[in-house]
Amino acid sequence: MKILVAVKRVIDHNVKVRVKADGSGVELANVKMAINPFDEIAVEEAVRLKESGKATEVIAVSVGDISYQETLRSAMAIGADRAILIQRPAELALEPLDIARLLQQIVDKEQVDLILLGKQAIDDDCNQTGQMLSALLDYPQATFASQIKIDCGTLQVTREIDGGLETLEMPLPAVVTTDLRLNEPRYATLPNIMKAKKKPLDIIDIADMNFSPLGQVKTLKVSEPKKRVGQCTLLSSATALVSELQAKEVI
Amino acid sequence: MNQTSVLVIVEHDNQTIKSSTYHNITAAHEILAAGGELHLFVAGSQTASVAQLAASIKGVNKVLEIQSDELEGQLAEPITSAIVAVAKGYTHLLFPATTFGKNIAPRVAATLGVAQISDITQVIDSQTFIRPIYAGNALATVQNNGQQVVITVRSSAFSGAKETQNSAQIENVTLAQLPQRALLKSQSLTQVSRAELSSAKVVISGGRGLSSGENFALLETIADKLGAAVGASRAAVDAGYVPNDYQVGQTGKIVAPDLYIAVGISGAIQHVAGMKESKVIVAINSDPDAPIFQVADYGIVGDLFEILPEFDKALA
Repeated sequence: MKILVAVKRVIDHNVKVRVKADGSGVELANVKMAINPFDEIAVEEAVRLKESGKATEVIAVSVGDISYQETLRSAMAIGADRAILIQRPAELALEPLDIARLLQQIVDKEQVDLILLGKQAIDDDCNQTGQMLSALLDYPQATFASQIKIDCGTLQVTREIDGGLETLEMPLPAVVTTDLRLNEPRYATLPNIMKAKKKPLDIIDIADMNFSPLGQVKTLKVSEPKKRVGQCTLLSSATALVSELQAKEVI
Repeated sequence: MNQTSVLVIVEHDNQTIKSSTYHNITAAHEILAAGGELHLFVAGSQTASVAQLAASIKGVNKVLEIQSDELEGQLAEPITSAIVAVAKGYTHLLFPATTFGKNIAPRVAATLGVAQISDITQVIDSQTFIRPIYAGNALATVQNNGQQVVITVRSSAFSGAKETQNSAQIENVTLAQLPQRALLKSQSLTQVSRAELSSAKVVISGGRGLSSGENFALLETIADKLGAAVGASRAAVDAGYVPNDYQVGQTGKIVAPDLYIAVGISGAIQHVAGMKESKVIVAINSDPDAPIFQVADYGIVGDLFEILPEFDKALA
């Protein structure tokens, strides 16, 4: 069984983002970048499935500029066998549906049985790509997975839903998106980081693919959210707090 | 562009309509500010009472009802097929940004070949919306240029529409067999007698500082007195103190109650993303340097195990 894992390069989740003064976006120059945390969980899960003998090959894929090679190398340091970069110009803005259409072409070419993606990227917070890819492929989908089991070609996924948890069963091939509680990704060790440098990384130029961007949603501007007014009033006791809250009529 | 017409996908449990739908209807009215039709879409295995309820909501022009055994469990594949079958002619398809809506909306959008805009918090006009990005640390103003768009709406950003004596027409839609690609094996729902987290007026949340699941009883006692819902930080969920659906934050639920009380929560970016739109924020923490105090309106620095019983007593 082959597994395809889609990974995205995003601002490291610990970085406090700064909105550009001209409203064109957030400051990305000289900011620490990292593999999207949900995607890291997806890679870890794929590697665990390989280690348990359920999968034979794990392929990491990304759509991005040349700097994304580093992100794919981190996926291979976790244990992905090889990687594919769909290289696009840095300034080309793509929507989740564009990414899904590009990934669909890779799935068709590689004939994978399971596609793992993070449930959302922590930059655009869209939570769309996995579901869209699943729709284009007409595969069953299991989003927000906190547990994955594979038995005799059947996939069992426990999903995190608003009221609790639910378990779905579906045939392969399928698309699964990962939630935070699926696993704890391992640290890439130095020998594995060195080994990852030697693993194959294919680069496909987006211009050589059968693709034109959707261009349906345009970002007009990016702005700072409203700051909370005032400062924190420190109180000395819960009794004082209760009277303040009663005065504000919130309790 | 055709005349604006909005289809709101109703989230329900085959008996009642979830509060998220009422917030969606308010967003729909804002999109329809310049006129147009508002239709509701009810799909499930038992839809009669839900459709009746939907038809009674103010400003609804029509309810589309699709009842089918294949919609038991409301899985993404059959629901998508049902929605796509009726989607033609609507300029906007609205889903709540709940796990229900987030699961289905992108599948519908991709099947229709149109874009999806996630988690809108403000309607500027029928084609322009504001949505938070980077865990709410930036706001993007986005414009739709297509003929049709799929949108998910952040419930906490819109008030809830009220039911009235409206009686919209209910149209029963029958469809050929819907695709069954996955099977619902089991569901384990957390039983809560308290207010629902995403729509509660008051939320009291606990973090790692609570030290154990048993200590959440301290929050529950206070929650019951305030009619509040109980939430948690990711740290408290990961430590196993409470189930995952209690989680407030970028990856959990986004809430905006009148009062949010954070107890033993440091205030990581990801948690603050889920509660910073609350009207009044109270922080109770032993660490005076905890980032939660930067967003709080009122704070008490001290031992929560002393402060909570005192708080409880002061409420009596």
